[in-house]
Amino acid sequence: MRREIPTFIAFFVGVICIIQFFIPHWPFGTMVDTFSDWFIILQSFAIWLGVLNLMKVSLERSLSKKKTHDRWYGFVVVLSFLLIAVIGMFFSGGREFQVPGSRFDYLYVNVYTPLSSTMFAILAFFVASASYRAFRARSWEATLLLAAAFLVMLGRAPVGDMLTQWAPEGAHMSDIANWIMTYPQVAGQRAIMIGIALGVASASLRLILGLERSYLGGD
Amino acid sequence: MLSGLACGLLLACTALAQDMPTGTGSPDTAAIAAPVIAQVPPPGPATGVTATDAPNDDGEALIVSWTASPDDGAGLRNVSSYRILRAEAGRPSGAPFDTVGLATAGNTQFIDGTTNPGRDYIYVVAALAMAPTPGGAPVEVSVQSDPSQPVHSRAQWFHTGRLNSLFAVLIVGGAILYFIARARSGKSLFIRKIGGLEAVDEAVGRATEMGRKIFYVPGTQDMDEVQTLAGITILGRVAKVAAEYEADLEVPVARSLVMVTCREVVKEAFLNAGRPDAFNEEKIYYLTDDQFGYAAGIDGLVMRDKPATMFYMGAFYAESLILAETGNSIGAIQIAGTAMPAQLPFFVAACDYTLIGEELFAASAYLSKEPKLLGSLKGQDVGKGIILLTILLGILLTSIGAITLKTSELDKLGWYNIGQWFDVQ
Repeated sequence: MRREIPTFIAFFVGVICIIQFFIPHWPFGTMVDTFSDWFIILQSFAIWLGVLNLMKVSLERSLSKKKTHDRWYGFVVVLSFLLIAVIGMFFSGGREFQVPGSRFDYLYVNVYTPLSSTMFAILAFFVASASYRAFRARSWEATLLLAAAFLVMLGRAPVGDMLTQWAPEGAHMSDIANWIMTYPQVAGQRAIMIGIALGVASASLRLILGLERSYLGGD
Repeated sequence: MLSGLACGLLLACTALAQDMPTGTGSPDTAAIAAPVIAQVPPPGPATGVTATDAPNDDGEALIVSWTASPDDGAGLRNVSSYRILRAEAGRPSGAPFDTVGLATAGNTQFIDGTTNPGRDYIYVVAALAMAPTPGGAPVEVSVQSDPSQPVHSRAQWFHTGRLNSLFAVLIVGGAILYFIARARSGKSLFIRKIGGLEAVDEAVGRATEMGRKIFYVPGTQDMDEVQTLAGITILGRVAKVAAEYEADLEVPVARSLVMVTCREVVKEAFLNAGRPDAFNEEKIYYLTDDQFGYAAGIDGLVMRDKPATMFYMGAFYAESLILAETGNSIGAIQIAGTAMPAQLPFFVAACDYTLIGEELFAASAYLSKEPKLLGSLKGQDVGKGIILLTILLGILLTSIGAITLKTSELDKLGWYNIGQWFDVQ
């Protein structure tokens, strides 16, 4: 029963979702909304599992006798969690904790947001290092990629058109870049998208019919 | 002339704004507070208000249509918007109408998506004009149309705009089911090699030899994302090999439900490998739901623990390159798989192997070699073949149409433009 009940639930919910797409009549739409609500409720309760696990793992690390940096990181996680939770719950005006100007909002705007932005900003450097590797002309395909990327980057900058002023209308660098992005790039991306769409359809069918049950544990 | 008109409206409209309750109005007055603004012509009313049942819905919408006010884009040109008012038919005389929405000037249709199936409603459309006031906010003046005939909304039993989707589902689904049945009957099916999945054993073996950890990242999305499910399926295989090799597998996750599911899958894999004692649920742990917090957490772990092998299987967004480049910087062998088209180039650039889109979903069939699962892959191929033929047919017909009708505009190609058959509402 440990595998049969989840398989039946997956089948039932999956079939109702498909039916609802084609039959807008009651009760199918209502049922799908209810399923979504249930998932949100489950998710909300499951957050506690995650939070308790995070606290357990971090506390174990910080109290560990091994003198590693992990001890300090674990300590920082526990302290940060308690700080934001206590200030948010007890010192930020109760339900108004998200109102601009509250202590919780102050921490959110001045600590959380800059930290997130910093991580996002690091992406710029990683794009540079990844591009450097990807654009090395090691093979015919990589050389083609390098040439296409060079033309697109040049076409996106004003200097590209300046260098090709002599060319006839429609053959300036920006036109070449637009052509690469509109035709070969879109064609490649659509091929991947079609594959993904069919893959999702096939995987969903396997899950709904119970052919694919490895996510329940085992093969 | 217009400035004189505005001045004339000024006093009258101030009185109007105070008298008229927001969101309600009476349709029985053609021009509101006419005595007060008698000296200034209000905008002409909308006419011919009708309501019809919205097609292909669950019976909670009516389409309200009207003929534009003569002063909307012409005449006085002072109509700024239309207010749509509704009341249930058979209401007591003089009962107020409720405002159900606004439509900007130039529009002659509004969809009221808040009706109850079976109840009769009547509608009135009020043409609104804004009168400027010196130094203050403009005030509103409105004129209402005659009420529409009573009408009620109904739920439909089939969405006719999705008939093409139904055909597609039946054809692709039928092909998949046919090949599953065929595979079950013992017919051998060819499946091409997928480099990323072939390398799983090698990657786990490398970590074992080096005595370092394996990190498995199942994406940043929850269990309602099919990519996460596909990623967890591959985790089962990786965990089994790791258990056989006695390698150290760690799974940091971004969602609590994913953590619980991963624990079950890894536990089962260790059991199947004959090493249930080696399973440690603490190795599958939650970091945070936050996208960049999760990326920062994994980056920290990677830089400190320097794992030999990293797997990224599931749905990823901007964190994909942050994770993959960090793994690359410590020299880990990296295998990624995602169906997020925008993240694929990043994984291709930073990882040793990448499962591109459909390969991620094919992984479970590929790894298990179960005929019924392999059959579904063959069904996918039939779907691809049909799409390919349709694209070729579309190119051919559109080209013939463009040459025959001497036009490159799709709208004018008529039945030559078969792309219109594939529009899904």
